[in-house]
Amino acid sequence: MAQNKNDDEVIGKAYDAKLMRRLLHYVKPYKKYVVLAIVLNIIVAALGPLRPYLTKIAVDDHIVHKNYNGLLWIVLAMLATLIFQSVMQYFLTYYTQYLGQRTILDLRRELFAHTQKLAARFFDKTPIGRLVTRVTNDVESLNELFSSGIIMVFSDVFIVLWILAFMFYMDWQLSLVTLSVMPVLIYGTFLFRTKVREAFRDVRLHLARLNSFMQENVTGMSVVQIFNREKKEFKTFSGINADHRKANIDSIFYYAVFYPGVELLSTIAIGLIIWYGGGEIIQSRMQLGVLFAFLQYTEMFFRPIRDLSEKYNIMQTAMASSERIFKLLDDGTMIKNPENPVPMGKLQGDIEFKNVYFAYNENDFVLKNISFGIKPGQTIAIVGATGAGKSSIINILTRFYDIGNGSITVDGVDIRNIDKKELREHISIVLQDVFLFSGSIRSNISMNNPAISDEKIIEAATLVGADKFIRELPNKYDEEVKERGATLSVGQKQLISFARALAYDPQILILDEATSSVDTEAEQMIQRAIEQLLKGRTAIVIAHRLSTIQNANTIIVLHKGEIKEMGNHQELLAMRGIYYRLYQLQYKDQEAVKNV
Amino acid sequence: MKNLRTLKKYFVRYKAKLLWGMLFILLSNAGMVYVPIIIKDAINLLQTRVSYEALARYAILLVVVSAISGLFRFYIRQTIIVVSREIEYDLRGDFWKHIQELPLRYFQNNSTGTIMAHATNDINAVRMFIGPAVMYSTDTLLRFVYVIVIMCSISPSVTVYSLIPLPFLSFLVFYVGKMIHVRFTAIQEVFGVLTTKAQENFSGIRVVKSYVREDSEIEEFVRISKDSLVKNMSLAKVQSLFQPILFLLTGLSIIIVIGAGGAKIMRGELLIGDITAMILYLGILIWPMIAFGWVINIIQQAEASMKRLNKIFAEPLEINNGPDTRNDITEITGNIEFRDMSFTYRAGLTPALKNINFTIPAGKTVAIMGHTGCGKTSLVNLIPRLYDATGGEIFIDGVPIKQLPLTVLRRSIGFVQQEAFLFSDTLLNNLSYGLREVNEEQVMNAARIARFDHDVKDFPEKYNTIIGERGITLSGGQKQRATLARAIAMNPKILILDDSFSAVDTHTEEEILKNLREFMKGRTSILISHRVSTVQAADIIIVLDRGSIAETGTHDELLALNGIYSEIYYKQLLEKELEELG
Repeated sequence: MAQNKNDDEVIGKAYDAKLMRRLLHYVKPYKKYVVLAIVLNIIVAALGPLRPYLTKIAVDDHIVHKNYNGLLWIVLAMLATLIFQSVMQYFLTYYTQYLGQRTILDLRRELFAHTQKLAARFFDKTPIGRLVTRVTNDVESLNELFSSGIIMVFSDVFIVLWILAFMFYMDWQLSLVTLSVMPVLIYGTFLFRTKVREAFRDVRLHLARLNSFMQENVTGMSVVQIFNREKKEFKTFSGINADHRKANIDSIFYYAVFYPGVELLSTIAIGLIIWYGGGEIIQSRMQLGVLFAFLQYTEMFFRPIRDLSEKYNIMQTAMASSERIFKLLDDGTMIKNPENPVPMGKLQGDIEFKNVYFAYNENDFVLKNISFGIKPGQTIAIVGATGAGKSSIINILTRFYDIGNGSITVDGVDIRNIDKKELREHISIVLQDVFLFSGSIRSNISMNNPAISDEKIIEAATLVGADKFIRELPNKYDEEVKERGATLSVGQKQLISFARALAYDPQILILDEATSSVDTEAEQMIQRAIEQLLKGRTAIVIAHRLSTIQNANTIIVLHKGEIKEMGNHQELLAMRGIYYRLYQLQYKDQEAVKNV
Repeated sequence: MKNLRTLKKYFVRYKAKLLWGMLFILLSNAGMVYVPIIIKDAINLLQTRVSYEALARYAILLVVVSAISGLFRFYIRQTIIVVSREIEYDLRGDFWKHIQELPLRYFQNNSTGTIMAHATNDINAVRMFIGPAVMYSTDTLLRFVYVIVIMCSISPSVTVYSLIPLPFLSFLVFYVGKMIHVRFTAIQEVFGVLTTKAQENFSGIRVVKSYVREDSEIEEFVRISKDSLVKNMSLAKVQSLFQPILFLLTGLSIIIVIGAGGAKIMRGELLIGDITAMILYLGILIWPMIAFGWVINIIQQAEASMKRLNKIFAEPLEINNGPDTRNDITEITGNIEFRDMSFTYRAGLTPALKNINFTIPAGKTVAIMGHTGCGKTSLVNLIPRLYDATGGEIFIDGVPIKQLPLTVLRRSIGFVQQEAFLFSDTLLNNLSYGLREVNEEQVMNAARIARFDHDVKDFPEKYNTIIGERGITLSGGQKQRATLARAIAMNPKILILDDSFSAVDTHTEEEILKNLREFMKGRTSILISHRVSTVQAADIIIVLDRGSIAETGTHDELLALNGIYSEIYYKQLLEKELEELG
């Protein structure tokens, strides 16, 4: 029941010069075509109003004088303009659609590419739903502006101008008499638009309420049922449903008044033509064909005026959307890439943290004075409680975030001097919260990287022990992974993410061991897979498993962002500090249990 | 049309209003077709001799007739279209009433999006049939008959010639309309794919970045965008045809009238006023001819939508009171027994639970433990009959739960689900959700037990604070404590907590457990937890492993077993130790 409006619902003015200039920038590559379309539109706009004029000639010059041939020629001329008009109209409509589509494709590409450059910090503070709306709906609503909006405005304006031109050319006095209803028509049309817009806003509001009620209740249906709330919820639902009905019925009123009203206005115009025009004819000051043509023009006037009033809506939506889009495009939350990156080539995998300080929010340091080194091929295990800063170490090594003080070097080069992409290509991360994309298992392992062959995918899957269960799936490696991997078990998802890391064959591996409890069989598979992963790579492991910790070359005990103890298993035991206490309390028992 | 027969009962309900609407259509059209006759007479008189006054009389008559016709037109919309909104309301209400009663299984198999689509798109498609389709088909038919008769009375031959293009118009609207519908659906599909792609990319942006897949992601996104362009252009191809052909065919009719009519005038068979009237009549006919093709599409779409709705209406309620229901039972004591119970989500799937046998004497506490996915949640879901067991039986106080009145059963159970779900409403309303009416005192007491009261004190409007989308956002721990308070406030005989402390810190959890111990006296309680500290004081601990009971006993008995339970126990000591560091 979203009663308050958020960012996405605000609708403001229909024209903003600054925004419009920036929008037109996207049309620029197609400038020539836009100009051509407008010129053609102006010409085609004349063809419709030409016909009543031709009928005037038919009546006054040929029918009255019983000139059969003349009539035939006029009829043929009418036919020719009609066909020409239809064909041109088709291509123009199709063509402007194409222009609109091309423009929004460009815009969408730019927008999406921009989001891919934004830093992790940006995604921390921006709800995903809002971002999705930017690249989908907001861009879509500009389509109408680019396709029908800009160009068709010219068409409508020129149709009106052509009609006026023909009318005044034939008889300016009768024109003025006929046009006397125009102010009422224009005023009425815009009034109707405003009223209907308000009514529709009301309908949309109630529809949104209806939808969010249903959305919420369907999602929480088990709560509704457990708490026996069906009757009460139905009462609430009926209330919202009734409001929705009322809003709709209110909007019917405007249509019910408007359409007959327009009809009445055009009849009044006809009445005026007959009364005034008829009088002129009796006085022989006017020919009958003029009256005949004017009767047709009264019918022609209405459509372009109605269309123009609709354009107002299009503009308004487009302005609101483009404002949001440009705000996203202007967001510069990015991790800077070095201007002259040091080329790394084949990596050794030597990592050094030197007096590193890091904070997500200014001065609220989550890592303090962290220094440690890893030699190529070695494994470091980090042990610590939730919030000790373990994940932050991952985040800064891959430059998802930049550090405050100190330095991190890879093979002796500060990571801020390495091309971000090159750096990340050498590092694979396996997070405990496995993220699978919809698509096949194959594409989830290769991440759609054509450089990773099928053999490599299977090899990686085999090494981590995932090949077996994958082959048992109905479609094997082509089995589709559904919404966030609902078809696979927790353990299986882990193994797939291991295979993904292995397929990329990185020099440096970062592993965040999962804490979730899986059954014993899966646990053993995962353990074996981890051994495979660590072989021959420099690795940083956020460890929860005893075996991983014991086999590490160095163990770091992290607490509240600081390194409390560091060394190998034997050294730490000899220190008789925190690690020793942990081991005494827990690991030993665990080992004892396992050995029973 | 057979699916649309369901609508009969709704039509009957608004019979009177609909009949009035039909009458207004009849009257309004009579006025409308009279207008060209007046114009014709006026013009024809111009060629003889006529006075200003006579012309003025014609002009005034025109306006009066048009005004009367317009008034009736106003009432057509106020009756028929309004009825369509009323039926929409009724239909949606009936739909929702049914949806609410459907078993949880239905919601598991149908996404929220699909259900929403039925409630909005399908019902709207049916509404279009009731309103515009009924209105325009009647309108069209009547107007067509009136106009043809009058036109033929002026000149049969010109009438026939000029009408030749019009059937094509109907056909075109019908045919192109259908193509537009198909292509439009295709566009919506691509748009769905595009949305999913964006959604997924943004959710998994870290994975994308760490595997340096930005370029291939952009490529994929652009590929879908291009597909969207192709689909849009394929629609544009037919949609752009629409207006030009419309112009072409109607223009053709008018040209025919001028050509054939003009020739007749020269031969003295017709007057100029006659062909003026004919051109005006063509103008009147064009819209009905367009509407005709349109209406057929609406009917087809409504038929398809109604079919989907009927399918939902036919969906069995499954979990409901039956003939065996013991309506004499109004209270329960809380003795729960599972006897040879097994449960499978869908035929063909491996059973989620097998051979479950255990008894909880009234007032005792049972804890259930086990690895992720071992069947803990499935087990407790069976007690309030969110699902029905597929084998064996569950008894409460010795009565099979299927014979207990559903409301009595559910009213007696305070269930705190794994996923803490709250409504976007005030806290007070949320916490009194299980009560017959809002009771602030009861709610506050429950909040105290659930250790939620201190949080509420800090909220701007205390218990009247709105939470969720349009209010404040609660943390995971706060949500869990709120749902716990909601269950406690019901004062239930049976309390079920499905891993309800996972986001609550251990210190607070201990305090809640202390409060709960007092509250649980005399109530049967079932606790699911991953934490040994939560379960160790339970009277019985049940360890599930892949759908079966693997271990049963007290904390000490299970530790001595050296099985799954003791393994979990030791693993958790490490984390606790780490947290207490420094």
